[in-house]
Amino acid sequence: MQNVSVSVKDLSLSFGAVTVLDTLNLDIKDGEFLVLLGSSGCGKSTLLNCIAGLLDVSDGQIFIKNKNVTWEEPKDRGIGMVFQSYALYPQMSVEKNLSFGLQVAKVPKEEIDKRVSRAAEILQIQPLLKRKPSELSGGQRQRVAIGRALVRDVDVFLFDEPLSNLDAKLRSELRVEIKRLHQSLKNTMIYVTHDQIEALTLADRIAVMKSGVIQQLADPMTIYNAPENLFVAGFIGSPSMNFFRGELQLRDQRAYVHVNGVDFDVSAYPSRAPFVNGQKVVLGLRPEHVRVDETASGAQASHRATVDIEEPMGADNLLWLKLAGQSMSVRIAGQRRYAPGTAVTLSFDMAVASIFDATSENRL
Amino acid sequence: MSDIVAFNSVAEEAAPKAQAQRVLAGPRGAKPRRALSGRNIMIYGTLVVVALYYLLPLYVMVMTSLKGMPEIRLGNIFAPPVEITFEPWVKAWASACTGLNCDGLSRGFWNSVRITVPSTLVSIAIASVNGYALANWRFKGAELFFTILIVGAFIPYQVMIYPIVIVLREMGIYGTLTGLIIVHTIFGMPILTLLFRNYFAGLPEELFKAARVDGAGFWTIYFKIMLPMSLPIFVVAMILQVTGIWNDFLFGVVFTRPEYYPMTVQLNNIVNSVQGVKEYNVNMAATILTGAVPLFVYFVSGRLFVRGIAAGAVKG
Repeated sequence: MQNVSVSVKDLSLSFGAVTVLDTLNLDIKDGEFLVLLGSSGCGKSTLLNCIAGLLDVSDGQIFIKNKNVTWEEPKDRGIGMVFQSYALYPQMSVEKNLSFGLQVAKVPKEEIDKRVSRAAEILQIQPLLKRKPSELSGGQRQRVAIGRALVRDVDVFLFDEPLSNLDAKLRSELRVEIKRLHQSLKNTMIYVTHDQIEALTLADRIAVMKSGVIQQLADPMTIYNAPENLFVAGFIGSPSMNFFRGELQLRDQRAYVHVNGVDFDVSAYPSRAPFVNGQKVVLGLRPEHVRVDETASGAQASHRATVDIEEPMGADNLLWLKLAGQSMSVRIAGQRRYAPGTAVTLSFDMAVASIFDATSENRL
Repeated sequence: MSDIVAFNSVAEEAAPKAQAQRVLAGPRGAKPRRALSGRNIMIYGTLVVVALYYLLPLYVMVMTSLKGMPEIRLGNIFAPPVEITFEPWVKAWASACTGLNCDGLSRGFWNSVRITVPSTLVSIAIASVNGYALANWRFKGAELFFTILIVGAFIPYQVMIYPIVIVLREMGIYGTLTGLIIVHTIFGMPILTLLFRNYFAGLPEELFKAARVDGAGFWTIYFKIMLPMSLPIFVVAMILQVTGIWNDFLFGVVFTRPEYYPMTVQLNNIVNSVQGVKEYNVNMAATILTGAVPLFVYFVSGRLFVRGIAAGAVKG
């Protein structure tokens, strides 16, 4: 328990009859960068607000640094928070924005100046200190907002979709900066986002959430390569994983997923439990895990398909093909071009595929 | 015949050229707008007529107030004064008689000031804190409290007058300025609370959350974060209250004694006094004097008023 920074135990929250979070448990290690990922309304921001103390919980406990803070005010929890809309006080200069919390806490003047200038240096906003928030660009505003958390010398940083209001270029710049900040400060950070790129790039661990329940809590590569259930598999990855609903068939010492008259040889799949003949399953294949060849090779796991639509994206080229009566996407290198109508051969690496039970939707 | 052929060929040659020219010399840049189009005449004509219609009574009042009584008796109310006199204004302000008092409207003016200023300040101070608490600190029973407050706004004043008279009497402040100030403050509460609640609810919630994370409490957030952002809505509330309370007649006449009568009540007493000659010029001057304060407030803060109303409308 020594290295646990934030611990959420059996947390429940309901607004009237609506249950947003249901007996949720989560332990975040000291210095860890944890991302709460999910689509809107999944309860990820609600969970963050509970940790911050901005929402009263219905049941359960929250510990920060092994101290029970369930009933504590936000200011006494040792947290700093960065909001999506920056939430800078519009009438105050950047300097005042940074020092407001310290002034409220009656920190001595010299100490305030010291901390403000240190934060300004880290975030490179010294030239902006005298300006009003309305005179700053979006990226500068968010930097100031991060600085406001920084000056308070907190144990835990909470980010509530901090990059969602920025344009794509600024977003990727600030993303790198947040990662750099985490590497140098080594604080615990909890980061809420609906953007899987942010989640995959920033996180030490990702908690994928859906309707108030954590679906999978793991490092980004595990989430990407071995999604625990159908929801996580479909949520992570863009374009999303191709799913084929079919039936498991065991013959001649080999395993096949039979989909609409097409057999996928899944003998190489590292299954957790032995396959059962006749089991209804969903086979998941990532677009980047499919090989495309012009000529038909004699390989077992190869199929013929016709290019339907081509979407060149520069570095990559995305092909939409028809296979086993349904549309699937394949990602290939950008310089390999196929005109619509071209017949190609597809082969699959079943070692990196995912197979889920069709009813429980859990990974096999 | 040959002429025609020649003409045709010229025409044929000219046609593409003309077309090319038209492309080059065609419409370019801003579309010209005629100042005297039918549309403009309609719009400005209507505006002028409506403006005149509303300004005419004011014109008649000002003109009449500047005439002497002999000139008024000629009956030509639209004619400008032949001989301008400020006598009626002086009389209206300083020496017109209401009952036994013959010190004009000046007494009522100062009474009105003593009623309006504290009522406005107190009601705005309380209502803004109410609105802030209702919008940002969702305490238990907040919705019920707000509903009751709003329902209060729909009950006709007349129903409540007698009970309030009794309450004030029991409190021992019936007939005093304090009593009237309390009544004005209470009656301003529903609409002002609604106004402030909607405005504060329209401010980004994350600002409030950020301030809480920064450790600011109820009053620190109110004074340091919310107040500086809310100037427009305070101006709106001030205008509503100043004009409303200044123009109030009913409460003034019911809840005060004659020596505390506000300007409106005194104006009524001057205009409706039945003894002697009807001094139209004095009446007109007195009416303009009474209406001057709200008018002045509108002129000074009208721009802020519109901005505040718009802000409330968009964000409410």
